[in-house]
Amino acid sequence: MITRAEVEDFLFQEAALLDAWKLDEWLALLTEDARYRVPSNDSPEGDPASTLFLIADDIDRIRGRVARLKDPHAHAEFPHSRTRRMISNVRIVERSSPSPLGEGRGEGSGRGEGDVIVEANFTVHRFRRDERIGQYVGRYRYRLRVTDGGLRIALREAILDSLELGSLGAVSFIL
Amino acid sequence: MNETHHVLNDPDRLDFRVHRAAMVDPAVLEREMRRIFDVCWIYAGHESEVPAAGDFVTRTLCGRPIILCRDSAAKIRVFLNVCRHRGAVVCRERSGNARGYQCFYHGWSYDRDGRLDGVPGESSYPASFNRAELGLAQPPHVASYRGFVFLSFNPDAMPLEDYLAGAREYLDLVIDQSASGEMEIIRGTQEYTIRANWKLLVENSFDDYHLMSTHSTWLDYIKKSGVQVPKPAKGHVMPAHGVGKALGNGHAVIDNENFRGRPVAKWIPLYGEAAKPEIEAIRAELVERLGEARARRVADTNRNLVIFPNLVVNDGSSVTVRTFHPTAPDRMQVSAWALGPKAESPRARAIRLDSFLTFYGPGGFATPDDVEALESVQEGMSAWREIPWSPMTRGMAKEGEQLNTDELHLREFWIHWDRYMHAP
Repeated sequence: MITRAEVEDFLFQEAALLDAWKLDEWLALLTEDARYRVPSNDSPEGDPASTLFLIADDIDRIRGRVARLKDPHAHAEFPHSRTRRMISNVRIVERSSPSPLGEGRGEGSGRGEGDVIVEANFTVHRFRRDERIGQYVGRYRYRLRVTDGGLRIALREAILDSLELGSLGAVSFIL
Repeated sequence: MNETHHVLNDPDRLDFRVHRAAMVDPAVLEREMRRIFDVCWIYAGHESEVPAAGDFVTRTLCGRPIILCRDSAAKIRVFLNVCRHRGAVVCRERSGNARGYQCFYHGWSYDRDGRLDGVPGESSYPASFNRAELGLAQPPHVASYRGFVFLSFNPDAMPLEDYLAGAREYLDLVIDQSASGEMEIIRGTQEYTIRANWKLLVENSFDDYHLMSTHSTWLDYIKKSGVQVPKPAKGHVMPAHGVGKALGNGHAVIDNENFRGRPVAKWIPLYGEAAKPEIEAIRAELVERLGEARARRVADTNRNLVIFPNLVVNDGSSVTVRTFHPTAPDRMQVSAWALGPKAESPRARAIRLDSFLTFYGPGGFATPDDVEALESVQEGMSAWREIPWSPMTRGMAKEGEQLNTDELHLREFWIHWDRYMHAP
């Protein structure tokens, strides 16, 4: 069974890639059916099919987002923000058995463990020129898939605690 | 600075300029609050946000905390969210359903209709104390246009329909996409601060001149997804034809042939093959209900509408309602929502929201770059003494039609801004 320590190592590695803007390497951590979401601050429990989110990407739009962020014409992130992520309170909150038909599985479940739902707290400090400094605080909710190649991200939801986005302004980097 | 005009409009010399002190001077903001935000009709919210008796939302408009709600008879009301006793805010929740509103400080309570109905230890007040005079205060005028609720703090405000002038036609076009004839605000609010003067967002919201340069990454994304983006015609900036129009009272619009897809109702590959029949059905319903010509008008044009001074309704990649209030010369608070047809199918709703996020909002592929542009402009405004004027003459020499990349619609805003600022 996958352990919390393995999950933590994975999340810390992911955070390091994002802070280093190694976005292609980050993409390689995602499954073929991955989703990335940031709910609107006033509706943290919504469903993106019926609630307006800040971000609700399927894998195609995640790839588009990365392509955009690598382009110097993504003005909100050029020059890139400096970010520093603190991830803590990592918990495996649910283990699901693998689907017998492999339905919806982008990659095989090598260890036969199915998915784990993981929650973690985050603080992401973001620094831009002219003393534009933001602290994004909240919790992550992941669906991680246990594959032959290690853990992969099937769902990554960043749920902000602030009641409005307010002076944080934008979520133009990968939160 | 008060009697200085910040708008130089000289049609004979084909000159139009805006003075950059208008974006930095605290005295200008103070005057705007009194002469524009306290005088005009201001968007307060949408009736669909409070569907039933007792429903409320709280927000800050024109620097004041307000409650937009339905009273006991389910009538739309706006109250100042301020206790008549010491002034504390009486409702500190964002939204909900209330039997009434109670100030927690000394316990005064008000019913859904704003009447003061509870005063602890009332017998200690002298006989002159009159509950009937101490209900929750209301702006002098509250009125709706087809679901859009406006208020005015101006006792002499003209009727809302007159104020909206030609903007009504453009609200009608948005609302006509709904088979039920009604639109609703979809759950989920995007609220964020921009470190820039609020008028820069007015300009940005219907300025197509910036689209190709500021939003090239968004264009690349939709092109890559299979959307055919035509090459601009010779001498043009945009891939499709579009015009700028003044609508009276400072309202203006850009009205564009759509090239980028619309949930109602022009399919693009981004929506996915599976969505095609849904979009076609929406289109067929429009033609059936409105006729071919009106359906084309609704479904094949994108319109960015500014209702003076601070309401934007953009009907493009999706419909967004956006309003913003200054909190300092270089700071504004923005609230943005998605608007959709009441009773649209869950699948159409999902397409609408997905399409919204591709372009709009703090995590979209376009809005963050707009925010960056406005903050960049605001930074440059600090050199207003050396570079006092911004030229705004695009299209000024043209007879007749003005393009969406011309500046007639921006000039229209500024002409009326100046008129209000210097009204006798």
